[in-house]
Amino acid sequence: MDDSMYQQNDSAEHHQPSGIKRWLYTTNHKDIGTLYLGFSLLMLFVGGAMAMVIRAELFQPGLQLVEPNFFNQMTTVHGLIMVFGAVMPAFVGLANWMIPLMIGAPDMALPRMNNWSFWILPFAFAILIGSLFMEGGGPNFGWTFYAPLSTTYSNDNTALFVFSVHIMGISSIMGAINVIVTIFNLRAPGMTLMKMPMFVWTWLITAFLLIAVMPVLAGTVTMVLTDKYFGTSFFDAMGGGDPVMFQHIFWFFGHPEVYIMILPAFGIISTIIPTFSRKQLFGYHSMVYATVSIAFLSFIVWAHHMFTTGMPLAAELFFMYSTMLISVPTGVKIFNWVATMWRGSLSFEVPMLFAIAFIVLFTIGGFSGLMLAITPADFQYHDTYFVVAHFHYVLVTGALFSIIAAVYFWLPKWTGHMFNIRLAKTHFWLSLISVNVLFFPMHFVGLAGMPRRIADYALQFADFNMIISLGGFAFGLSQLLFVWCVVQCFRGGEKVPAKVWDGAEGLEWQVPSPAPYHTFATPPEVK
Amino acid sequence: MSVENKKLPQSYYVPAQSPWPIVGAIALFFIAVGSGLTIMQLNNSNVSGVFLLVIGLAILFVMLFSWFKDVITESNNGLYSTQMDVSFKQAMLWFIFSEVMFFLVFFGALFYTRNLSVPWLGGASNNVMTQQILWPDFQSFWPLLKTPAGDTTQAMGWQGLPLINTLILITSSVTLHIAENAMKVNNRRKLQTFIGLTVVLGGCFLTLQVQEYIHAYTELGLTLQSGVYGNTFYLLTGFHGLHVTLGLILLVIVYARILRGHFNDQQHFALQAGSWYWHFVDVVWLCLFFLVYVF
Repeated sequence: MDDSMYQQNDSAEHHQPSGIKRWLYTTNHKDIGTLYLGFSLLMLFVGGAMAMVIRAELFQPGLQLVEPNFFNQMTTVHGLIMVFGAVMPAFVGLANWMIPLMIGAPDMALPRMNNWSFWILPFAFAILIGSLFMEGGGPNFGWTFYAPLSTTYSNDNTALFVFSVHIMGISSIMGAINVIVTIFNLRAPGMTLMKMPMFVWTWLITAFLLIAVMPVLAGTVTMVLTDKYFGTSFFDAMGGGDPVMFQHIFWFFGHPEVYIMILPAFGIISTIIPTFSRKQLFGYHSMVYATVSIAFLSFIVWAHHMFTTGMPLAAELFFMYSTMLISVPTGVKIFNWVATMWRGSLSFEVPMLFAIAFIVLFTIGGFSGLMLAITPADFQYHDTYFVVAHFHYVLVTGALFSIIAAVYFWLPKWTGHMFNIRLAKTHFWLSLISVNVLFFPMHFVGLAGMPRRIADYALQFADFNMIISLGGFAFGLSQLLFVWCVVQCFRGGEKVPAKVWDGAEGLEWQVPSPAPYHTFATPPEVK
Repeated sequence: MSVENKKLPQSYYVPAQSPWPIVGAIALFFIAVGSGLTIMQLNNSNVSGVFLLVIGLAILFVMLFSWFKDVITESNNGLYSTQMDVSFKQAMLWFIFSEVMFFLVFFGALFYTRNLSVPWLGGASNNVMTQQILWPDFQSFWPLLKTPAGDTTQAMGWQGLPLINTLILITSSVTLHIAENAMKVNNRRKLQTFIGLTVVLGGCFLTLQVQEYIHAYTELGLTLQSGVYGNTFYLLTGFHGLHVTLGLILLVIVYARILRGHFNDQQHFALQAGSWYWHFVDVVWLCLFFLVYVF
């Protein structure tokens, strides 16, 4: 390795800018990655605060704190913010930071467009959150905005929801194009596709899914807009349309979207597990093929969200079997992670703790998903808290835990400091316990028939709901430790070497910590 | 090693800081809020939404103009390597793919209403009783000229304006292809003529499309409100028209740049991108012509 590899480009226009302009005008993938991650953390707390309102209201039966209409706005905006504002931008932030470092590229392929993608987001969410404070209130039809809730029965501010989703979509598409072009075109010489780190692979597939389905979301909201304001009847039987068509189109977007939020998580776990097992990832090739299969299957399973709409029997069966098929490639992944740990020299640093928790808890979410995939069983589970438990296990203990694991894993690389390990471990254990107190009992109230998205519930669910709410408050408060830990790490701490974790492999561990403002001005050679 | 190195991309141009992305984000903010408010204010005299929308569009115009200017200057100064050219091309192709998916939604809606929801409303499959009880008078056929609610309209024929428009668009794709080939051999005179011709044909298409809309609204009673036939007709042709407009803007920019002597036989990404986009809207039109008008 020669040192010129890490040389900084000293030309006048490439000095590290300072002040506010650094962040507003930036074309640097690391700055933009930091912006994405910071924004996503902020949104996590905004969306989390809404979840706290929901759990406070559900602490006891009866209406205690908020009006049902406001409760509906909270569930809706909580979902929208967590999906589009917290999880997705966090993954894009990680992609921005890590993909160029992992593939030996100087930056993202289209650095200015990268900045545009980011800065659209704060404005989009300003519109969405702002509509909550307008006369008539914000969107109250659930994040899935089913017709006719969003067309006939929604408030007049729905147009703002539609256009904020439109510009979020523009941002996502541009971000995804950037990632895909970077991966295809900017890999260091010698890094063939089958030598790419798993995180890069999963993001390549994710970016493809984003480009394929975000336009579908744009089309859906457009039809909602014209149905509501311009008298079209796409989702209205009076004019020849069908409200069920809304669900078909929405979930054609919605199901790949679910994998958009989990594939990068698979990539992260596939990076962390080998590092702390001090072994190569077991079955790299099968991991790649599993990722591709999951992406392919994600396009042919959408109607498993709609088993109770009265579809023809053939459709019910097709979507049941295709959905169950997904457990095969997912099972391959889980197997490979466990096999990677098998006989490895394991050590349990904080990222590893979160990664192992991910494997166990995500698998629980996967199994409840398999239960939901069984059509006749789904007739019972549909729209109950069992569904809420299922998707929070895959999105909170799945996607969010992987993001936290990734942050602990790469934070020393970003800041040059080791975080406070005691504090981070406290954060882990508190999160692990509280998140299960929060979501596990939801399975039971769901199976017992408690419907989701309703501000009140029958008395027999009272005890469980109190426990769930307590778990929720504890989980919410625990995340403050995370913020504290991250802030501390940025401000100082024990210096770390280039290769922070002794089992870590990849180009990103060959650049110094903290990673210099510009890396790989000339591409490294990968053997 | 040194021999190896010659083949490697030696340096990659990472642009310096630029104010235009965030200006663009602000523009989109104004456009989103402006469009939202405009639509919410359709039934009253409040024009604050329109005002914000116009501001947004103005900012977007300034932003695009300046951003393009920066990129063109950099390109003319030879800052772009072949690798960057490839990045631009790949990005354009993925963008077109996203547009394909956008149109797919509306073609999907056309398929669903035409083959599923309208026949179901007419009692197909297991819906006999639903039809008997809810809309006993409703008959399922396509084009849906009488909705279950009782609104009536007339269908748009494919002869006449749509056929002429199809021929115009196909011709414009051919002229653009000739122009692109002329670029490859650096025949600038031919290039200029044929790009100009393409722009004129595109303009003709849009003008005739407006004529057709006027005909549909005033003579056929085919409006945005006349059931799913009118809905799919207007959303498909309307979004297609918007995309033709965008393609036309790209080609006008390309034409202006040709007049200023930009591009050479090696580097003409903007021309290529504009041309890909134009062929794409042409293909969309062909699908549209057959699925919306003819069959």
